[in-house]
Amino acid sequence: MDKLHRLKEIPSQTAGPFLHIGCVPNQIGLNTFGGIDLGSVLLSKNTEGKRITLTGKVFDGKNMPIRDGMVEIWQADANGLYQTSDTKSDGSDLNFSGWGRSHCDFESGSWIFETIKPGPVMMNNGSWMAPHISFWIVARGVNLGLNTRMYFGDEHSLNEKDPLLQELKDTKRIRTLMARKITENFYEFNIYLQGENETIFFEI
Amino acid sequence: MDKSDMRSQGPLYPRDKTLHPKALTPDYKSSLFRSPKMALVPVNTTMSEISGPVFGPNILGEFDSDLTKNYCSAEQMAIGEQIIVHGKVFDENSKTIPNVLIEVWQANAGGRYRHFSDSYKAPLDPYFGGCGRCVTDQNGYYSFKTIRPGAYPWPNGGNNWRPSHIHFSIFGTSFAQRLITQMYFEGDPLIKLCPIANTIEDPASLNTLVAQLDMKRTIHMDARAYQFNIILRGRFSTIFENKMDGN
Ligand SMILES: [Fe+2]
Repeated sequence: MDKLHRLKEIPSQTAGPFLHIGCVPNQIGLNTFGGIDLGSVLLSKNTEGKRITLTGKVFDGKNMPIRDGMVEIWQADANGLYQTSDTKSDGSDLNFSGWGRSHCDFESGSWIFETIKPGPVMMNNGSWMAPHISFWIVARGVNLGLNTRMYFGDEHSLNEKDPLLQELKDTKRIRTLMARKITENFYEFNIYLQGENETIFFEI
Repeated sequence: MDKSDMRSQGPLYPRDKTLHPKALTPDYKSSLFRSPKMALVPVNTTMSEISGPVFGPNILGEFDSDLTKNYCSAEQMAIGEQIIVHGKVFDENSKTIPNVLIEVWQANAGGRYRHFSDSYKAPLDPYFGGCGRCVTDQNGYYSFKTIRPGAYPWPNGGNNWRPSHIHFSIFGTSFAQRLITQMYFEGDPLIKLCPIANTIEDPASLNTLVAQLDMKRTIHMDARAYQFNIILRGRFSTIFENKMDGN
């Protein structure tokens, strides 16, 4: 690794309790940016793939849902391709943004996304990752955004072959990464910052 | 950065955790029940982390980067000291990054947020919303105009005042570069007293969040300027995801 001329990443600071002003201003009545908050819509009617609703809460160490936090997701399209500037030529679905953002509801703490189920993602070495969605959680009291991954609890055979899940030694905690299928198109994924159900957070 | 350039980039350098706050920082009370107790689990980065959402200047409206003008009509203006905040976004390889979306939010000149849960008694400014955004140009450069936010007291079990600060949300080109932080102002005596600023243990690291007065960029008889350069995580220059992922 070339360590010459390396700069150092600037440090993180908490998003604080007022993150809505900058990140979801229309949710608190600021009526700005054309009335649509960035990341609030992932789909259009031409998006390929199976529509799903994804919801959950973020719980603190007192088992109370956090109501001033925010969740962002990043996922592949129905064919397992990521929608980025460098993959646009690779056939990824241009009708799917892949990135979503939802604040935790001010009353219930629920975040929610209307998205599609991602396809399995092929890695450069030819092996396949099971369908999954990357999560990033920020809130007052969270000093550095937390990264985790959500898998689909009903994808038993693909999950068994997933390289990341296979690497996790603590199999008991793997369940914290599994979304629960409630109905055919509805999944629930709760995130626990502390306690006996503490979610696995990754250093990525 | 063109497509072939992006494709030639590999996994991210591991994050240097000593630069960042720990999850549990008891002097900042909100972290007590919101900090994971278990260690983060290191994983090799894959396409899921190396890729990420990228936005261009096409998402911006005319006044998105002028907080003095984006919450009032044309003849009005936010109350306070007019300032320009500007700088470049680099990665750890000293390479500038274009098309980085930067979202900012802040209190008004009196230290009050336009937010239903801010109960500080300082008055709202009818001409100030406190929300803005900009995108870096082809040289990685960004700037926005605003007013200098006021300091404000906050509930943390003592006599705690936040130094003047602007919240920054920054998108690089990778989901793993995603960062939210706060920018402070050179010379503010409240920085060293602040439990949130001091969640960062390394003084040199904290100092990288302190914007420097930049008289060269002052707009004559209008606004002072502060320079704040942003460094995001860097990436290995060649793909060795194969090697990283092999097991
Ligand atoms: Fe603040």
